[in-house]
Amino acid sequence: MEHYLSLAIRAVFVENMALQMFLGMCTFIAVSKKVETAVGLGVAVTVVQIITVPLNNLLFTYLLKDGALAWMGFPDLDLSFLGFICYIGVIAAVVQVLEMFLDKYMPSLYNALGVFLPLIAVNCAIMGASLFMVERSYTFSESVVYGTGAGVGWALAITAMAGIREKLKYSDVPQGLRGMGITFITTGLMSLGFMSFSGLSL
Amino acid sequence: MATDTKTLLFKPVVAENPITLQILGICSALAVTTSLRVTIVMCIALTVVTAFSNFFISMVRNYMPSSIRIIIQMAIISALVIAVDQLLQAFAYEVSKQLSVFVGLIITNCIVMGRAEAFAMKNPPVPSFMDGIGNGLGYSSVLLILATVRELFGSGSLFGIEIFPLVSNGGWYQGNGLMLLAPSAFFIIGFLIWIVRTKRVDQVEKNEFHIAPHTTREVVH
Amino acid sequence: MASKDSVAGTIKVALILCVVCSVFISSAAVILKPFQVANKLLDRNKNILSAAGMFDPALNSNAEVDELFARFTIQVVELDSGEILGAERLAELGIDPATYDERSVFSDTQFSDVLGEDEDIADLKRRVRFSTVYTLPTEDGAVETIVIPVSGYGLWGTMYGYLALDGDGNTVNGIGFYEHKETPGLGGEINNPRWKSLWPGKKVYDEQGEVALNVVKGTGEGDFEIDGLSGASLTSRGVDNMIAFWLGPNGFGPFLTKLKEG
Repeated sequence: MEHYLSLAIRAVFVENMALQMFLGMCTFIAVSKKVETAVGLGVAVTVVQIITVPLNNLLFTYLLKDGALAWMGFPDLDLSFLGFICYIGVIAAVVQVLEMFLDKYMPSLYNALGVFLPLIAVNCAIMGASLFMVERSYTFSESVVYGTGAGVGWALAITAMAGIREKLKYSDVPQGLRGMGITFITTGLMSLGFMSFSGLSL
Repeated sequence: MATDTKTLLFKPVVAENPITLQILGICSALAVTTSLRVTIVMCIALTVVTAFSNFFISMVRNYMPSSIRIIIQMAIISALVIAVDQLLQAFAYEVSKQLSVFVGLIITNCIVMGRAEAFAMKNPPVPSFMDGIGNGLGYSSVLLILATVRELFGSGSLFGIEIFPLVSNGGWYQGNGLMLLAPSAFFIIGFLIWIVRTKRVDQVEKNEFHIAPHTTREVVH
Repeated sequence: MASKDSVAGTIKVALILCVVCSVFISSAAVILKPFQVANKLLDRNKNILSAAGMFDPALNSNAEVDELFARFTIQVVELDSGEILGAERLAELGIDPATYDERSVFSDTQFSDVLGEDEDIADLKRRVRFSTVYTLPTEDGAVETIVIPVSGYGLWGTMYGYLALDGDGNTVNGIGFYEHKETPGLGGEINNPRWKSLWPGKKVYDEQGEVALNVVKGTGEGDFEIDGLSGASLTSRGVDNMIAFWLGPNGFGPFLTKLKEG
């Protein structure tokens, strides 16, 4: 249990997807103008992470890994080179299914999250979490925890960023820095802040 | 045609730079720029993928059913990225180890998808190919600047060759550790955007609020 | 063009795309596979040689790696007993020493155990039962150098490396890390040649046979002390724990004791 807690803490704070691993930056910068939308996107990313990371873990363990197809009579088959295309396929499919499911059964949630779902398919944070999961060879239960942590960490970062930007728009920023420029520098400062979590473990 | 090609190739480098103006594809731009050698490999990989994915997508654009358009683009891009990854593992193993997951993340790099959707779907293969190379160059130019600054001031070297002898190796230069850490990449991009926009005022974003000048008010007794 | 949005057209395009892509990817993978496997081995061998101080990228070329490495004997050791596995045990366990990789069986319950809290000095959670050792014999058959794989948790993640010992199983010959996530410029200096040059000649065990080699703050004088990295206390502690674990009773301790006794 302690192990999982420590993994979750690491995924949320120490290895924050947005601020330490630089993943999902495009959407991070583009959709962090309002807290409300940022929270929506953050929740959507977390939900998709929770589903896709474990799913890709199963896919990797039982189909792609070196020797994983032994149960089908191919003990020497190594399909791990197909990883990228499979993970992105899974992600795109999950996003699509989730969109249809929400549209049909939870229209209110769909209205809140719907617009963000297509954005998520090409969000590197999602793909990145799956790739890190494979690289660090997490087990199935670890991948559930890691997926959740990575999603929550990203959501936390974008919400905080949006909060800062809401205030920032009232300030008198030098002309050339307006908009993107100052956003990057703010992100840099936040990232510096998150560095203080380094070495944190339970 | 000649000028067309030239515009396609060089417009994205400064005037329409995908990173500083359109804010596309920054994820990998930040993570792999601590050493120049790794950065160059990443730039080449991205340029090759963008160019060829543009080329192939443009070739099949007239046969693409609109319902599965995105997934076809994804499949083509992923296939190319896998090929690049396999090539790197075979011929540049050490660099590919340092790039780790970031080669795979080219698939979700917004530049590749963005150009496929915005340019290749509407133009013939050869100009699309050129557009891909041009955007790759725009991305590369920013990455190379970042990597040069970070490696030079962070570890006192370029391409791993010592420029400023470090204190830890018996020299005089105390490496700036911050340059090798995550935050510095954000700062440098921020300042880079500032420099570009000081030169090209047309890229400056409008303020959402007009800041009123300071006013002095008579003190009422 | 009228048919491109019809169901049949869509399926046709999807099928053609699948076939073309899969042929392309599979042929790339199959053609390049031998190069990739060779690269992985070359990389491992290079790391082992550098730890033993026999390879310097500035002086040696990759072509020499195979020749130098061919002098090493690869053996698999059962860590608990310290015995080198014979051909029979190897066949029984399905291990081929030349390609056996501790890290790929790290979480395989058949090949590794969970470490108890008081045993887990280097914060590794698990330990493999069998590990490779690389020995370099002298001409008359005695052991000149032994290289053992070591790992331990630093500041940001697990550090992996090789430790080379002299034939007496007590004197350090060299150390090298091939994978770590330590802070560049601070903990990342574990791979700095100047720091690594502090290691050769130090002794591991004291007279009682306990691990006495320590990474300490300060000067690093004497046979048992190595000056820690400045600004990287946690990384230095990680390296210290790593040495304590892998040379201790749960690591290669039993094997080295057997070696010393001959």
